[in-house]
Amino acid sequence: MTDTRLAADTRPWRDAQARPFISIRGLSKRFGDFTAVDTVDLDIYRGELFCLLGASGCGKSTLLRMLAGFEKPSEGTVTIDGQDMSSVPPHRRPTNMMFQSYALFPHMTVERNVAYGLLREGMRKADAMERVAEMLKLVKLGHLARRKPDQLSGGQRQRVALARALIKQPKLLLLDEPLGALDKKLREETQFELIRIQETLGVTFIVVTHDQDEAMTLSTRIGVMSEGEIVQIGEPREIYETPATRHVADFIGSVNLIEGRVDVAAGDQMRIDTREAGPVLVSPRAGLSRGQTVWIALRPERIALSRSKPEGTANLHRVTVEDMGYMGYLSSYRIRLPSGRLLRASQSNRLRDEDPISWDEEVWASWQPMACRVLTE
Amino acid sequence: MRRGWTLPILAALGFIFLYAPIVSLIVFSFNESRLVTVWAGFSTRWYVALFTDRQILGAAWVSLKIAFASATLATVLGTLAALVLARFGRFRGRLLLTGMATAPLVMPEVITGLSLLLLFISMELTFGWPAGRGLLTVIIAHTTFCLAFVAVIAGSRLRDMDESLEEAAQDLGAGPVRVFFDITLPVIAPALVAGWLLAFTLSLDDLVIASFVSGPGASTLPMVIFSKVRLGVSPDVNALATIIIVIVALSIATAGVILTRRARRGTRGG
Amino acid sequence: MSARPDPGADAAGLGARAVRRGRTARLLAALGLSGRTLVIAVPMLWLLVFFLVPFFVLGRISLAEVMIARPPYSPLWDRAADGTLNIIASLDNYRFLLADALYRNAYLSSIGIAFTSTVFALLIGYPIAYYVARSPEPRRTILLLLVILPFWTSFLLRVYAWIGFLQREGLINSTLMMLGVIDTPLVLMQTTLAVQIGIVYTYLPFMILPLYANLVKLDDQLLEASADLGAGPVTTFLTVTLPLSVPGIIAGCMLVFIPAIGEYVIPALLGGPDTLMIGRVLWDEFFSSRDWPVAASVAIVMLFLVVAPIMWLQSWLDRRGLNQ
Repeated sequence: MTDTRLAADTRPWRDAQARPFISIRGLSKRFGDFTAVDTVDLDIYRGELFCLLGASGCGKSTLLRMLAGFEKPSEGTVTIDGQDMSSVPPHRRPTNMMFQSYALFPHMTVERNVAYGLLREGMRKADAMERVAEMLKLVKLGHLARRKPDQLSGGQRQRVALARALIKQPKLLLLDEPLGALDKKLREETQFELIRIQETLGVTFIVVTHDQDEAMTLSTRIGVMSEGEIVQIGEPREIYETPATRHVADFIGSVNLIEGRVDVAAGDQMRIDTREAGPVLVSPRAGLSRGQTVWIALRPERIALSRSKPEGTANLHRVTVEDMGYMGYLSSYRIRLPSGRLLRASQSNRLRDEDPISWDEEVWASWQPMACRVLTE
Repeated sequence: MRRGWTLPILAALGFIFLYAPIVSLIVFSFNESRLVTVWAGFSTRWYVALFTDRQILGAAWVSLKIAFASATLATVLGTLAALVLARFGRFRGRLLLTGMATAPLVMPEVITGLSLLLLFISMELTFGWPAGRGLLTVIIAHTTFCLAFVAVIAGSRLRDMDESLEEAAQDLGAGPVRVFFDITLPVIAPALVAGWLLAFTLSLDDLVIASFVSGPGASTLPMVIFSKVRLGVSPDVNALATIIIVIVALSIATAGVILTRRARRGTRGG
Repeated sequence: MSARPDPGADAAGLGARAVRRGRTARLLAALGLSGRTLVIAVPMLWLLVFFLVPFFVLGRISLAEVMIARPPYSPLWDRAADGTLNIIASLDNYRFLLADALYRNAYLSSIGIAFTSTVFALLIGYPIAYYVARSPEPRRTILLLLVILPFWTSFLLRVYAWIGFLQREGLINSTLMMLGVIDTPLVLMQTTLAVQIGIVYTYLPFMILPLYANLVKLDDQLLEASADLGAGPVTTFLTVTLPLSVPGIIAGCMLVFIPAIGEYVIPALLGGPDTLMIGRVLWDEFFSSRDWPVAASVAIVMLFLVVAPIMWLQSWLDRRGLNQ
């Protein structure tokens, strides 16, 4: 297999010829006057782990429930593996769902919960139980097969829910905030567990989450949703480094936005005139015209702070440290530019015994032109 | 919170008010004398009298049959009504069904009794059914007013229940009927047991509606007691009351033990 | 069907099941029904026939005249010689109810007795409910079961228990006479007071339970915050606890007041000949006078009397819902 072939296999969305596995066209859902999902178009490829990311109430759960069949779309179509889903009720769809509340049947043991889907297919009980045992081994719950859900911890319940949703080997697994109910430490461990299971079984996952770290860690691609629309689709790195809009930039990680006007493009750099930070040099971006209003998106970790004046840096300012928060692995700062504008900056604490920059100090702040992303909307 | 003694004393007086008549009922059921105020020594003669009274025993049997049938019917119909109201979304006649399923809760018994009797008579005149009044008409009447109580209890349980349980079953391939029997019914079962017991008790207890819609040969226990009690105090009624109170107290104590044990297990599990 | 371990056969089985389900669905469709409609129809039809229709029958018969016949009312319609249908209806019974002071007084006194009983049930029930709600856990469940226990025992027998207390030679009189408080027995039985005591006693659990359900949800920290801000126990009760328990009070009062209006058993056993209550008047009209049309019109008027407070409650709840 050649390198290009491999790339197309693992990232089919980069291949214009690839056929999407799930294709959503013009999908809308209205509740009375309220539009929960607004004409969404989305293609998802086989074997992807796709995250729908957005704040609560942005319509991501409604979109997921339309894929599962629990909500009837007001408009638009969903096609899974070439089959139109419009008239297929939830219990006949080739999808399974892992619910946010897990929705484990309280009156059944772990085993019976997981076996439920197989028995509904009409599988013989002995065969079903064999498959259940395998599946419980995969999620490392074999020893708890006879327990009832209320005798399990949160993490164990989460894995039962996953096993139950996976046992029918659905073409598509829908996960609604799968890690939302777990505490922080467990969540981080479980993220990698989820990826391992997804790769083992090769099932396509669509995950709904409001947690950007979770989305960044888990997904092959992220769809950022806001007010019922998908505002950007891309790989985690794309979304973070080249956000399409101010909204996306602000939602994923933290960002400083500085308004300005395009001045001139000089060689491989472009100058933006800003009121708050003077002229700022940025990497050029095509399609901008002189005088156009733009926003510079600058991530806090891309701003370097130092006591001594750095050499040869394009964007350099003398700033005052207004505030500092020590967070262990990094320190975050609020610095004031001469114009009075406050910026967020952060420095990783690489050395144990360095004397950190602290309150009220006057220091140098600088950043590279390529650290800036220019946004037009 | 410091609240002094006012509240406990008021509450204690309230409990005395609740229980004094019941205690005196029990005490005087063991009285030798026919008078309920003069203590004339311990005796169980009224219990003997009670268990040889064919009229009371017969009426008790009639009442138990009616209560069993109407509690069961009311549980089935009440659960259906609650399910339709809690899960079926919008449909024509929803408001009407809501009203009809809750109004019997507060309807004065005399109105329910009279209107049902007039209905039965009109139906008999028009269709020839039900022929006369008796067990069947009492069961229908009791089912109708008990249904509302079951619907309220089952409805509140259905609303508390996590609906994603039902969706999960659907998602795993169960059709609507299957979902109801596999998931909904087992989850709301405790509420249905409570509803059945309440309906059973209400039916067993009813005098007014039964008096209207019952016919010859179908006198219920409350009807017989009422005709006895109207003539004044009679100690064998005390004996009957004592038996009922003991049965109820034992069942409630059992329920209490089960509840506290389950609650304790719940806290340990969580 | 035998066991099918391989997935291909699985799919075939699924197909067979789908076909079978399809057949049932087709049968229902042929009858113009879906499963959903069928499930709605069962409770709907039962309640229509046995709850709603009876009121129309009641209303219709209230427009008839009493007759010595079986059933004892005039025909509701007759067929003239030429075959046309004449509906016979008259408002005479309602005119009679309005003209006769007996009925007017019975309605008014029913409302009066129900009202005072409700007030006393609230005064006795509130401290009990509050005390139970504030009790620590094992005691709370036990006390709650003690409140519920009388409710599960026979209503009739609980009323009967008061006869032994209130009659001329009853416990209250004999105790008071033994203590030398009174010389001649008080007349307690067959009075309006006895009826009120009976209503308060038998309906007390209906007052306590909604109050309890409301008060048990009261957050302890609210009371602590109130005390912290300088309010004494009485002020805290009047300014925090009481206003927050208004929904419980309303619910409890409705559950006592509405059924008390139509009460028959209690006035029949504890009341005297001058204790007028509309439920009893209706009963006598029906069973003693055998005047079914008048009994029916008494019931219709009572129905409106009962519906009015329910409507008021509903609109009150709606308004609260909007204000929140």
